Amino acid sequence: MIVAKALLVDDEIPFVETMTKRLNKRDFSISSAFSGVDALKHLEENSEVEVVILDVKMPGMDGIETLKIIKQRFPLVEVIMLTGHGTIESAIEGMKLGAFDYLVKPCDMEQLVAKVSEAAMKKRKHNEKIIEAQLKDIALRRI
Amino acid sequence: MNVETRIKDPYYKAMMGKMILLVIAVSFAPLLLVSGSILNKFSISYREKVNAHLGELVLKHTQNIDGFLLEKLNNIRFIANSFSIEELKNENFLRNKLAALQTEYGTVFEDLGVINNEGIQVTYAGPFKLERAVYSDAEWFKKALKKDYFISNVFLGLRGTPHFIITVRVNRHGKPWILRATISFAAFNSVVENLRIGKTGFAFILNNEGEFQSKPGFKVAASETHSCHISIKEGKKTKDGIYFHKFDDESGNRILHVASFLKKGEWLLVFQQDESDAFMDIDHAKQIAFIIIIIGGICTIVTAIMLSRWMVAKIAKADAEKEMMNQQVIDTGKLASLGELAAGIAHEINNPVAIMVEEAGWIHDLLEDEPVNKLENKEEFERALAQIKTQGIRCREITQKLLSFARKIDSSVANVNINEIINDVIRFCSQRAKYSNVVIQSKLGENLPVLKVSHTEMQQVLLNLMNNALDALEKRGGNISITSMLEDDDVVIGVKDDGPGIPPATIHRIFDPFFTTKAVGKGTGLGLSICYGIIKKLGGNIDVQSIIDAGTTFSVRIPRKTNESK
Repeated sequence: MIVAKALLVDDEIPFVETMTKRLNKRDFSISSAFSGVDALKHLEENSEVEVVILDVKMPGMDGIETLKIIKQRFPLVEVIMLTGHGTIESAIEGMKLGAFDYLVKPCDMEQLVAKVSEAAMKKRKHNEKIIEAQLKDIALRRI
Repeated sequence: MNVETRIKDPYYKAMMGKMILLVIAVSFAPLLLVSGSILNKFSISYREKVNAHLGELVLKHTQNIDGFLLEKLNNIRFIANSFSIEELKNENFLRNKLAALQTEYGTVFEDLGVINNEGIQVTYAGPFKLERAVYSDAEWFKKALKKDYFISNVFLGLRGTPHFIITVRVNRHGKPWILRATISFAAFNSVVENLRIGKTGFAFILNNEGEFQSKPGFKVAASETHSCHISIKEGKKTKDGIYFHKFDDESGNRILHVASFLKKGEWLLVFQQDESDAFMDIDHAKQIAFIIIIIGGICTIVTAIMLSRWMVAKIAKADAEKEMMNQQVIDTGKLASLGELAAGIAHEINNPVAIMVEEAGWIHDLLEDEPVNKLENKEEFERALAQIKTQGIRCREITQKLLSFARKIDSSVANVNINEIINDVIRFCSQRAKYSNVVIQSKLGENLPVLKVSHTEMQQVLLNLMNNALDALEKRGGNISITSMLEDDDVVIGVKDDGPGIPPATIHRIFDPFFTTKAVGKGTGLGLSICYGIIKKLGGNIDVQSIIDAGTTFSVRIPRKTNESK
């Protein structure tokens, strides 16, 4: 059973490849992107992504900028910020912009797994509430 | 190097020398100019006043002597014109008249005599044996015969003592007769000598030939003459006919002569005085001024030395502090550069370390899938991979500290809600607190004013205090309590931990720059110093209370009045 469907975004290709393999091995469905633009494109094309694991510092569109757009276009998708330069400013800014949490590289696998699972659960609960609300709405209309 | 040692440096010695010279020059120049100018004006004015005074005295004295002579002449004229020649030729009558004159004027009149046109004294009344004395060849007789009345120069005559005579010519029975009176030299001299001023001022009379007609205040031979009657006329003359003349005597003394003519220009009354005596008060004033200048000068020099020394000591102290500050700035600058470098290295290292750790993790994952008996050294592989993971996390912690140290300070001010910053900091520290088994509690005051301060600076202050508290509790866990409140119009933030506390020996140094109790490489010693500087800049205060094994409380106090957002 798939624990969560996640998109891993980082400009460090070896990191993305290895992390993807490791998370896949732990029953996560991981897809990958190597820039903010790629990540947004991937989200456009794959609506089943539940969690985005997003590196803060990337060339071109950085993680904070990408997060802002994700939260605008895909508000139900949970984002976990991953930073190799864990400054309080970027972490707090990410949290203020609606990130689920942040982790500092190199991160502990168990911690990452736990965070991604929690984020996916939150997303699903959100989805369920929306579906319930929609069903109620349909039922009310039928009545 | 202390200040005393520092001011012995040639640079400060030269500075002190210049300062002393400048202060002395600036103080002395006006003193000398003003005192010199005043003294000069005073001297001119005083000299004019003394000269005017002496001139007036000489004029009055001349009038007195002229009056004396005229009075005596009128007495003789009265006798000559009031009585017949027979009466005058009567010796007893003449004696009576002499007695009457002496009763009136004392010993001024020495004798009286009547002389016929042949120069024979026909009658005589007086103390000398001069009856029938013959004056036909005497110079005065010849002059007296030609004039209605005549006053002679002082001469010795037949009696051999200095005297002068007053004669009145009367014509009786077609022949001229002369009534002669002798004026006592001593009496006349006392009238002349009456003018005495100071220690050296006296008067005397000269005739047109320079012969003394009174006894001068210095020794002279009987026949000695004085040439000043010529030189005086070359001196300054006033409209009242007073002459002023100066000359140096044989001893080199400057002598002042003030003179006036009397007896219709035949005699010259001379007042003589040493100039130093006449203008003694000026010399006295000069001496006082000189003493004042000397005393003032000594005071000025002493003040200049003390003032310069004090100022140079202050400058030396300021220089020393500046040097120390510069050194601190250089040190801080070096640390900042190091921080920039560290930030770059930390970021660059974190990514490869993350990849290494992940690759090790992937190997570990793969090993778990391998059959137990297929891999001989599986345990050793796992140990090595665990070690890679541990060291990777250690690297992360090191780079985190480097980044934390290198964090830049943004000092631009904005409206800041203190409670929001406290919550941000708590959230930021919560992860570390969780790993360190530390519980963070907060009790934040409501309705705190919005302050106009630097958000980053306030964040740094609170983060620093929280990090210190977490450092204190890292080994054994514990509680951190963070509070905010409004007290006495100050916003007060407290950060309290129940850690091991700060030893009393070091607590007074914790705000000093570069002071740290942390292990080498773990602390720069700048954190609390920077916090102290930030809070002091806001006009606030930061203090600490600590009890060993009970905990430490930092209190930050920010005045609302000066920092509240309008």
